[in-house]
Amino acid sequence: MAQTAVAESDTGPSLKELAREHGLTKAGRLPRLPEYTRHLWSYRHFIAAFANAKVSASLGSTKLGVVWQLLTPLINAGVYYLIFGVLINTKQNVDNFIAYLCAGVFIFGFTQTVVQAGSQSITANMALIRALHFPRASLPIAVTLVEVRNMIASIVVLIAIVLLTGEPITVEWLLLIPALILQTFFNAGLALFVSRLISKVTDIRQLIPYILRIWMYGSAVLYPVTFFAERLHGWQLALVEANPMLIFIELIRHALMENVTLAQPVGLLWIQAIIWTVLVSFGGYVYFWRGEKGYGRG
Amino acid sequence: MADNEREPTVIADNAHVVYRIYGSAAAGSNTPLASFKRIVTGKKSAAVREVHAVKGVSFVAYKGEAIGLIGTNGSGKSTLLRAIAGLLPVERGGGIYAAGQPSLLGVNAALMNDLSGERNVELGCLAMGMSPAEVKAQTADIIEFSGINDRGDFSSLPMKTYSSGMSARLRFSIAAAKKHDVLLIDEALATGDAKFRKRSEQRVRDLRKEAGTVFLVSHSEQSIRDTCERSIWLESGVIRADGSTEDVLKEYETYVNK
Repeated sequence: MAQTAVAESDTGPSLKELAREHGLTKAGRLPRLPEYTRHLWSYRHFIAAFANAKVSASLGSTKLGVVWQLLTPLINAGVYYLIFGVLINTKQNVDNFIAYLCAGVFIFGFTQTVVQAGSQSITANMALIRALHFPRASLPIAVTLVEVRNMIASIVVLIAIVLLTGEPITVEWLLLIPALILQTFFNAGLALFVSRLISKVTDIRQLIPYILRIWMYGSAVLYPVTFFAERLHGWQLALVEANPMLIFIELIRHALMENVTLAQPVGLLWIQAIIWTVLVSFGGYVYFWRGEKGYGRG
Repeated sequence: MADNEREPTVIADNAHVVYRIYGSAAAGSNTPLASFKRIVTGKKSAAVREVHAVKGVSFVAYKGEAIGLIGTNGSGKSTLLRAIAGLLPVERGGGIYAAGQPSLLGVNAALMNDLSGERNVELGCLAMGMSPAEVKAQTADIIEFSGINDRGDFSSLPMKTYSSGMSARLRFSIAAAKKHDVLLIDEALATGDAKFRKRSEQRVRDLRKEAGTVFLVSHSEQSIRDTCERSIWLESGVIRADGSTEDVLKEYETYVNK
């Protein structure tokens, strides 16, 4: 009699029809994009709590705790200044090289850490994904939020450095805010993109450090942007100057510093920054959403 | 089983689940030469192995039922639960249908070990879709039910300091705090002590009364007998028997003791 139960359900109305009749939904169905977005929005408290939890878990075992959020960018800037400002003199004719360098290091560092952490956000939380049901995009977005906190600390350090090196406070400083908001959305899209890509093709994680390093050298972080115009021509120069990270770094340098030479006019930089942000954040989000149901497979 | 009056909550229709495992290649298949050959010939990497864990399972579960899933280790019980919860994708051709969003509760449900039990309760409840106000209202009850504070204030200590029984109890308490249309329990009751087991079995019965369906995976025949009147026996990903717990357990016992 135990076996008949299975046999019976095979002969009755098809199971698929029975499910439809009673309004059951298929497990693992991909929700539509607006539905998914609403669902994600309803999980905003989880995203915030998860981001906070990540910060306190990573700083919990250190003695200095939150102070590290300020110390890390300071040490970072110090190391780069020692190498590129003192040992190898790459400053050429930049007036305030310390501030110039720090703006590059911190702004690039924001995107760099988001990409690094984003690349792990699915694979490192597999147990959570296989146990609980929440929109998976919460994870890369939470990672981005964690780095936003670190970025705010770096910006405080950066502003102190800029002021100490003699730059005046001007109205243009306000441009810092929209530029950083654009970069945050850009980064979120990037985090969503790499987290799905790496959960599918794990090999790419091995390449991430090299990709980031090449990207950094192409973003005029460690030397003046005029360096490119002197050496590259035609499509090569166009390619380097379309680099979104170069654009974000230039925008910040323009906002905080006087007398800084830019690769392109400011208006053009802003337009490109907006295009890149829309493209990458929307593209990354859609790409991630398309894979929503497969993340538990591992 | 063909009672048309009853309302189905979970329907599995010829469900297949396949795991893909990376980096478990056999020795010798991961040499540079072998990798190069794979790239050139376009053959699937030997480093990716497929495990066919659930092979064509069909059943209908009804409202108010508690169903025990039994089978030897590695028979596909936990995989089936994950597929019902929608956490693992079901292969094309079949499907699993469920009322609402089934919730899986298992000993593997890793929360964050560096955080205190209290913060984990908050995080777990938010991850189940509760609002912050609901979480606030329930946190004390959840910790009380889990009993982790019976021996002093453990709820403010990081979860990595808990014994496996304590963290399993906390996880069960978190999941049981929400009303579920379909609750899937994976070995969760086995780790607690006798006192907690009794309490949690009572909670499972309460959850069933609230018009849900409960699936229970356990190696403890006693807890299956106590909570479930229907059982499904899964062996190597195939249903061997589906019927009343007494009959299925009898068959299973003769199989195991053979």
